[in-house]
Amino acid sequence: MTSNNSDASTNTDTSSASSVTSSLGPLDLEKGQGTKEQSIEEIVASLGDTVGKTRVDNPKMSATGVDVFYADKQAIFGVDLDIANNEVISMIGPSGCGKSTLLRCLNRMNDTIPICKVTGELTLDGEDIYGRDTDPVLLRARVGMVFQKPNPFPKSIYENVAYGPRLHGLSRNKSELDDIVITSLRKAGIFEEVKDRLDAPGTGLSGGQQQRLCIARTIACSPEVILMDEPCSALDPIATAKIEELINELSENYAIAIVTHSMQQAARVSQRTAYFHLGKLVEVGHTADIFTNPRHELTEKYITGRFG
Amino acid sequence: MNHTDPTDSETSDADRSSTDTLGMTRSDTTAKVKASIKKRYARERRFRLYGLIAILSSLSFLAILVFTITKNGLPAFKQTFIQLDVTLDAKTLGLGDEPDQAQLLKANYNGTIKKALLAQFPDVKKRKDKKALYKLISKGGQYDLQRQVMESPDLIGQSKTVWLPAGDDASGYLKGMVDVTIPEKKRRFKDNQIEWIESLKQDNRVAERFNWTFFERGDSREPEMAGIKGALFGSILTLMVTLILSFPIAVASAIYLEEFAPRNKWTDIIEVNINNLAAVPSIVFGLLGLAVFINFFQLPRSAPVVGGLVLSLMTLPTIIISSRAALKSVPPSIRDAALGLGASNLQVVFHHVLPLALPGILTGTIIGMAQALGETAPLLMIGMVAFIVDVPATITDPATVLPVQIFQWADLPEKGFVEKTSAAIMVLLAFLVAMNTFAVILRRKFERKW
Repeated sequence: MTSNNSDASTNTDTSSASSVTSSLGPLDLEKGQGTKEQSIEEIVASLGDTVGKTRVDNPKMSATGVDVFYADKQAIFGVDLDIANNEVISMIGPSGCGKSTLLRCLNRMNDTIPICKVTGELTLDGEDIYGRDTDPVLLRARVGMVFQKPNPFPKSIYENVAYGPRLHGLSRNKSELDDIVITSLRKAGIFEEVKDRLDAPGTGLSGGQQQRLCIARTIACSPEVILMDEPCSALDPIATAKIEELINELSENYAIAIVTHSMQQAARVSQRTAYFHLGKLVEVGHTADIFTNPRHELTEKYITGRFG
Repeated sequence: MNHTDPTDSETSDADRSSTDTLGMTRSDTTAKVKASIKKRYARERRFRLYGLIAILSSLSFLAILVFTITKNGLPAFKQTFIQLDVTLDAKTLGLGDEPDQAQLLKANYNGTIKKALLAQFPDVKKRKDKKALYKLISKGGQYDLQRQVMESPDLIGQSKTVWLPAGDDASGYLKGMVDVTIPEKKRRFKDNQIEWIESLKQDNRVAERFNWTFFERGDSREPEMAGIKGALFGSILTLMVTLILSFPIAVASAIYLEEFAPRNKWTDIIEVNINNLAAVPSIVFGLLGLAVFINFFQLPRSAPVVGGLVLSLMTLPTIIISSRAALKSVPPSIRDAALGLGASNLQVVFHHVLPLALPGILTGTIIGMAQALGETAPLLMIGMVAFIVDVPATITDPATVLPVQIFQWADLPEKGFVEKTSAAIMVLLAFLVAMNTFAVILRRKFERKW
């Protein structure tokens, strides 16, 4: 299934080996040599097809044989993955493993990087999103994104949420727009905190509030899929808990893909988990299975904190 | 080294110290840091002192400059007038019974003034003395009289007491700028003239008023009649042309290059060339303007439109470079946010990036405009150095600009132009300060935090 072509893996062999070595502690190295346990380099070199079920019954988005290149450097190698309706899928893996890159491919945010090239097939409801007829603007209205750092516009809270609907002409008049703004803020669980100061600048909120404002802004466009790129990495545990709760609620209506460095977070919010390593999708499966019974050696090593 | 009991603390440190990986005791480190820390602080203090000296010296230079200019320029804002009783009889004016406007325009007002002066000082008989006497009143006085008569022709035949501007030497004397201790032969303002002026002074026929002439008239060969209005309007018109041309073009180029243009060989070449253009000597732009705008496109010479075009060429790189820097400094997270919501590239730029970059763009524009305001060399090449009396009304009228006017006045031999030069510099600086204030206000208005 995975088109793990040989020349691509040799291409990155040297760089991958060194980066993995550096991420290992001295103890791991000593242990790896001489014993029957394989070293990380050996495992990576022998990476084969993705372990686990990459396909689901009701895919909202699906990727087939996706390769991503930044100029000559390949960042993602033949990834197959489905994102199901009304489900949260979390993507985990060490830094630089390509999980954010894949996420950004899903709403073509990578288009802004001129040296980035995407091959393979990515579909939304069966339509090729990199196809000639697909408009990235429309795609991004359907596939919303929440970023790592809260990035509200330097405008009022109201304007932040109203921007998307206004852009796409989703409301016919002021009162409809007001409704959208209030509903979105309410869905994002921030309305009670800001209802008295909708005219205050969005940048004046706390980090957690800003991130929820960004989520409200995203759902105001009524997207079908929400992509989240480490949405809690800049937040404290209380704000994180609020966002996670919110993700749980949102998963009833949206397909959500979340990139995270926190395995606890992945375990808490997602139904399925995909583990990436050096641009390859190593294992995918139900979250409970991945964390309690990983089938691939690398996954096991990662979730038990042996590297990463 | 005047540490407080260094030995004591060191020994006690050593007692407690443990050996770290490098084999150095903790007290060793402490001692070494202590030894170097004083030096480090001294270095910092020295650096601060140098900075303070640099700032103070530049401030004092500025203060000296402003003081000298103000001291030299202030007298130019005062104008001296002499009161005369003129008899506007038709015979002296050379007019018939029913003079029309054209005749009134050409009438001999000078003769009338001369007659009035002779009437004031009946003792003056010699031709040379008469000539000296006539110089007390400015040659511009006749135009004042002409205007008054043309406004109400029924003045003809009457006697009238009028205030006429004093000649430049008389004016200089009255402002205390003539050193009477210099022997008479060596000074322009002679003893007999001083005598006349003093007698006029005693009759209360001399007055000093605010020099409206300076702000109401264009250039003149007579220092007391020369005004800054022509150059000021020339500058305003030229800068308007410059701003209207360079601001949209520069901002559009900056946006295109920064936000839309692909990164390739061609855009690299363009970028390098823009940076080079910013360093081209301005006189080269003047030559270009002469060759292209005047010789090829046949645009009028000495006109603000050509000046504005040339200065635009000079200002464009400055604005483009600073606008690009301002656009670049907008955090990418804002672009991502807007793109992620489904804004098109153009919407991202115009809804988010440009408003955030605007303060920086405006700063760059004002720096470019200030540069253009003070530019002289390229304007010499396109003929804006001509002697122009009329105040320009449109961008195709012949005009001169403030710095060129200063340059011209500084070159003239009459003493009265010394104060005019300084006064013109004061006007130029005031213009500059006004422009900068406007820019600061605009920037404050658009500045937003993120």
